[in-house]
Amino acid sequence: MAIDRSSKLPAILFFPISNGYYTLESELSEVIPVIKTSIGGTRIIGRLVAGNKNGLLLPHTTTDQELQHLRNSLPDKVVVQRIDERLSALGNCIACNDHVALTHTDLDKETEEMIADVLGVEVFRQTIAGNILVGSYCVFSNTGGLVHPHTSIEDLDELSTLLQVPLVAGTVNRGSEVIAAGLTVNDWTAFTGSDTTATELSVIESVFKLREAQPSAIVDEMRKSLIDNYV
Amino acid sequence: MAQEMGMFTVHHTIGNVLCCKCGISMQPNAANMCANCLRSEVDITEGLQKHVIICHCPECDSYLQPPRTWIKAQLESKELLSFCVKRLKNLNKVRLVQAEFIWTEPHSKRIKVKLKVQKEVLHGAILEQAYTVEYVIQDQMCESCTRVQANPDQWVAAVQLRQHVSHRRTFFYLEQLILKHDAAARAIMIKQMDQGIDMFFSNRSHAVKFVEFIGKVVPSRSRNDKQLVSHDPKSNNYNYKYTFSVEICPVCREDLICLPPKVANSLGNLGPLVICTKVSNNIALLDPFTLRNCFLDAEQYWRTSFKSLLSSRQLVEYIVLDIEAVSSEVNIGGSKYALADAQVARISDFGKNDIIFNVRTHLGHLLNPGDYALGYDLYATNSNDSELDKYRGFVLPDVILVKKSYEEKWQKKRGKPRSWKLKSLNMEIDDNVKGRDHEEKMNSEYEQFLRDLEENPDLRFNISLYRNKEYQPSEMASVTDGGDAPSVPLEELLADLDLSEEEADNDSMRE
Repeated sequence: MAIDRSSKLPAILFFPISNGYYTLESELSEVIPVIKTSIGGTRIIGRLVAGNKNGLLLPHTTTDQELQHLRNSLPDKVVVQRIDERLSALGNCIACNDHVALTHTDLDKETEEMIADVLGVEVFRQTIAGNILVGSYCVFSNTGGLVHPHTSIEDLDELSTLLQVPLVAGTVNRGSEVIAAGLTVNDWTAFTGSDTTATELSVIESVFKLREAQPSAIVDEMRKSLIDNYV
Repeated sequence: MAQEMGMFTVHHTIGNVLCCKCGISMQPNAANMCANCLRSEVDITEGLQKHVIICHCPECDSYLQPPRTWIKAQLESKELLSFCVKRLKNLNKVRLVQAEFIWTEPHSKRIKVKLKVQKEVLHGAILEQAYTVEYVIQDQMCESCTRVQANPDQWVAAVQLRQHVSHRRTFFYLEQLILKHDAAARAIMIKQMDQGIDMFFSNRSHAVKFVEFIGKVVPSRSRNDKQLVSHDPKSNNYNYKYTFSVEICPVCREDLICLPPKVANSLGNLGPLVICTKVSNNIALLDPFTLRNCFLDAEQYWRTSFKSLLSSRQLVEYIVLDIEAVSSEVNIGGSKYALADAQVARISDFGKNDIIFNVRTHLGHLLNPGDYALGYDLYATNSNDSELDKYRGFVLPDVILVKKSYEEKWQKKRGKPRSWKLKSLNMEIDDNVKGRDHEEKMNSEYEQFLRDLEENPDLRFNISLYRNKEYQPSEMASVTDGGDAPSVPLEELLADLDLSEEEADNDSMRE
């Protein structure tokens, strides 16, 4: 499961296998399109792809049909690019919002350039609390971020300076430290694993500022700007 | 280390996260849950025993370690704690950190032990938890106490050791061997009988083991019988009392033997007059006139058993007037001998008449003119040995010297304590052999046995001598001449381990 972390052009990629799909579709289909797909024949979407409002990166295992299907489903503005990278679980290796990306330290130079071009972000090679799989151990949107619970205060400061969003160390799924495995988030909504406790939910809601961010609020904001333009 | 090398290291401050369950701020751990929540989530003492029943023998204050071992332990002692902890099942699934007694009233028949255990839970978080185990003491008498209570003299197997000789020297020696090898540890009762010892055991196998031990240290033969005490035909149980009769060969060290012609022939015409020089599990015989020797094992001995012609009680003291070596010193069976011609006279005759004997002896290396020697006076004895009669035309020598005598030296030492002592078995004395005469005879024989030990290092070889604490070496001892009576060197003595005294010391220190 992957959500483009964008306020303007939200889209969700999903492989229609579990009951969770119906939850997602019922929650989101009225607001954003939900795309059903597989990646390289597998149903693990979120761990294999990385993307934001500017683009979507697919691993080299993606078939041509899948690539074509995604290009057809997504707006033309979103660049869909298949990259030739040895580390094919891009979702685990890259964590990004619309402006910044943290990457695995061992990614190729070309991949790094590709990330910067396609996603339109600044790229930083980083680790989270000593873990190189940055995509697994942190999740951040344009408004906030949740990182591995063992991240030291110095690391939190450094990361939030890089990302320009507030960060909090926390857990999902009743104490699990693999954040990205239990949480997917965009600017106005988040989905977590079913084990997640109320405390964890409240941490997630507060750091991603999900209470004030409703799709209607965003539409209102857009409308305001449109009206401004017209006026 | 990195700092020593001048490298820059980033300081890491551990931040706080919220406990995923209760939301309390805490240091991140493996489960990311605070200790209280973790404890409420998982109980590591689950499946561990909290109530145990233990069996306790009120007579001897010991506890039953299944299946049948009884461990002696005081309340609140280290032994009891380790016993209690060992009785818990499944304790290997957790790590035991601490165990301690919680005081309980001794009459409550309860023991409480507080245990602190650790276990890994939820992705490697280690949880520590304390809990109390209650032991219920059930009184149950142990086997040995039950037997003692029922009938103190209850025995199943008896071993009757007998040697048909007039002295008890063999049994003194045997007693030391038994002590050294702890062979009588299982005996319920030891009784001193006329011409022997009776040992009583609670188990047939213990008696068999003891009989085997005796067979290894002295030439003996045994037979066993059993008597039916009771039987239960329904369950096919038979209850017997077993008796082992062990006869030790009557030939002792220093005995003079006239070999039966058959034996003499089979040993290559040895003797027929020989001296027994050593008795272990076989018998060493020496012909004092030719220095030929041979060994007879138990089987060979019992095939054609023979008795001694004269035994060590009939030794007579002689004075050596002159000695003339016939051959040089030879080593036979670990001990040295030299043939010599000696001129000797009985001490009783010495200065009264002129009876002098010329005799050949094997003690040429020991004897010097003027020495005293013990020997068998064949000149004066009336022997009616049937074996001797079988040798027609055999001329008996007048004297056979057996050993050098240290009687003079012993006279000097009389009354002084020895530097060493022996332990003794706890023996009951049979009513039939009690009496003052008997006691005196025993004492003199025991003294003789102690002297034998001092004179013969190879006799000491198999037994443990202990240092006598009361003995104070006199200053005279250091300036005595070389002709002193033999004694036991200090290195051979063992320090006696006296636990009762040490415990008494500890007790006083505690107070």
